Amino acid sequence: MATRAETIARGAGAAWRWRLAALPTLAMLLGAAVLLNLVIGAVRVPPTAVLGVLLDHLGLPGVLEYTQQQEAVVWNIRVPRTLLALVVGAGLATAGCALQGIFRNPLADPGIIGVSSGAALGAVGIIILGIAPLGAWSTPAAAFGGGLALTLMVYVLSRRDGRTEVVTLVLTGVALNAIAGGIIGFALFFATDAQLRNVVFWQLGSVGGATWPNVRPAIVLASCAVLPLLRYGHRLNLLALGEREAYHLGVDTERLRLEVIALAALATAAAVSFAGIISFVGLVVPHMLRLMLGPDHRRLLPASALLGAAAIALADLAARTVVAPAEMPLGVVTALAGGPYFLWLIHRTRRAQGGWG
Amino acid sequence: MRLEARGIWFRAGRVPLVAGADVRVEPGEFVAVVGANGAGKSTLVRLLAGDLRPGEGEVLLGGRPLAEYRAAELALLRSVLPQQSRIEFSFTVRQVVEMGRSPHRGRGQDPAADARAVEAAMRAADVAELAERAYPGLSGGEQSRVCLARVLAQETPVVLLDEPTAALDIRHQHQVLGVVRGLAMQGRAVLAVLHDLNLAAAYATRVVAMHRGAVAADGPPAEVLRAEVLSRIYEHPVEVVRTGTPERLVVLPRHELPPALPTGTG
Repeated sequence: MATRAETIARGAGAAWRWRLAALPTLAMLLGAAVLLNLVIGAVRVPPTAVLGVLLDHLGLPGVLEYTQQQEAVVWNIRVPRTLLALVVGAGLATAGCALQGIFRNPLADPGIIGVSSGAALGAVGIIILGIAPLGAWSTPAAAFGGGLALTLMVYVLSRRDGRTEVVTLVLTGVALNAIAGGIIGFALFFATDAQLRNVVFWQLGSVGGATWPNVRPAIVLASCAVLPLLRYGHRLNLLALGEREAYHLGVDTERLRLEVIALAALATAAAVSFAGIISFVGLVVPHMLRLMLGPDHRRLLPASALLGAAAIALADLAARTVVAPAEMPLGVVTALAGGPYFLWLIHRTRRAQGGWG
Repeated sequence: MRLEARGIWFRAGRVPLVAGADVRVEPGEFVAVVGANGAGKSTLVRLLAGDLRPGEGEVLLGGRPLAEYRAAELALLRSVLPQQSRIEFSFTVRQVVEMGRSPHRGRGQDPAADARAVEAAMRAADVAELAERAYPGLSGGEQSRVCLARVLAQETPVVLLDEPTAALDIRHQHQVLGVVRGLAMQGRAVLAVLHDLNLAAAYATRVVAMHRGAVAADGPPAEVLRAEVLSRIYEHPVEVVRTGTPERLVVLPRHELPPALPTGTG
């Protein structure tokens, strides 16, 4: 232990201090993103009124003044929308981080196990058939079921003699993603223009549909996946040494893979079914953090949850303010803002390290 | 703790890679496994480690079948150095070696003991100076020593090493095998696949020679490393000479250069 302290003291210093401060810093960033989301919007609501509404609902009524309309905007629109953004961001980024660990590949994203295409297939099916057996819940339910079903199919098809090799998993995922894409394309062929528009917007993602009734199940489902995932950091580190090595160090790799894939699929399905496909966050947030914080999954997983939540909250803020009173699809913002930033980060890291050593 | 394989077979499809091998490692022994490419040495290590299950026969660790152990139990009893380890993410050398302590986590052990084991392992494998370097940026030999340090940090009674010296320079070959022999002298049961027969002769307490998946010879180095045995299992003429003081075995493969090309034709 003394040696670790010495290391910090002799200062690979700045890097270490940043790594220790990373989680608090990300938490503050997240807090700021939430505040901005609650205060800024099409209807002007003074910050004191926002605070008044929040305090009222937290059981401290009458501290600060606000109008009925302000309450409606803040409590019924902005709060659920912000919460959905947080849940979606945390779910996608944590799932991405865990899957990158499981596949031992920094390029894995939640789509790799088929959950996004499965969800898209479910949602598109419902939109194009024009049915709504569960009312407003039909699309999210179909997306959720489709996402989990396709992931299960990927897993079962790659399993043989009680073993699932990573390469088989990835290739099976590619094959089933292609088949799902083909079916979606075939279905679109029969769609009306209005249905096409619905499908396109669903696929570009949005948290604009957030209401209290649908944000609650999203929070519950995503929490059931994200919180347990945070505990896999140490085992994912061991897995980074190699499959055999992890087994030699006491990890039941087959069970680890099954559990992490199931939890990541749940987190992704929860996000995708309420918000549509949001590209990029699941891949880039964990990758970005790995470049900044190093490869230790014990830190990467919670950091991914925090930064993913903050990233989607800020992206949604941009989506609903930049072209106000209209709204941009969320997926457009994450790609247009995240892409260039990621490029810059890649080049900076390469310059600093002289490669990917 | 004793590790023992009884009549184990392993087939890849139809091809037997290990064909009825009996191998035993007692505490205090350093068993070197030698043999030609494809003789089944690495497969034997994987069977002994529990990575692979034998199709027939069984592997016993401390008298109990390997298949009955859970991964976490095994990790406290046997450590394994595989041939190469590629690590995709840039962990530091210290982080990699610390992962060797992970089976001991949550067993009420003093963290200072973990730290001491990590430091000792890094010194023994001569990687202490690389501690803060990123693993993927190291040379092949350095990476191989880091993995050995990780195995040493695990501090298990049974140690399996697949070619621990393959990528090493002469100094490190001897340093590493000195450390490995030291493990046996502390009472651990050590088995290592070695390609260099002179190193096997110098450091092992017993040599197991494999040929086509079976054990062709098993005994003290002087008994197994004989010209007729080696010539047969390597399918190549080999001489063995005794030289120096104290006397050492030196294995010399016969070599023939291709005949000189005729010059000045035409």
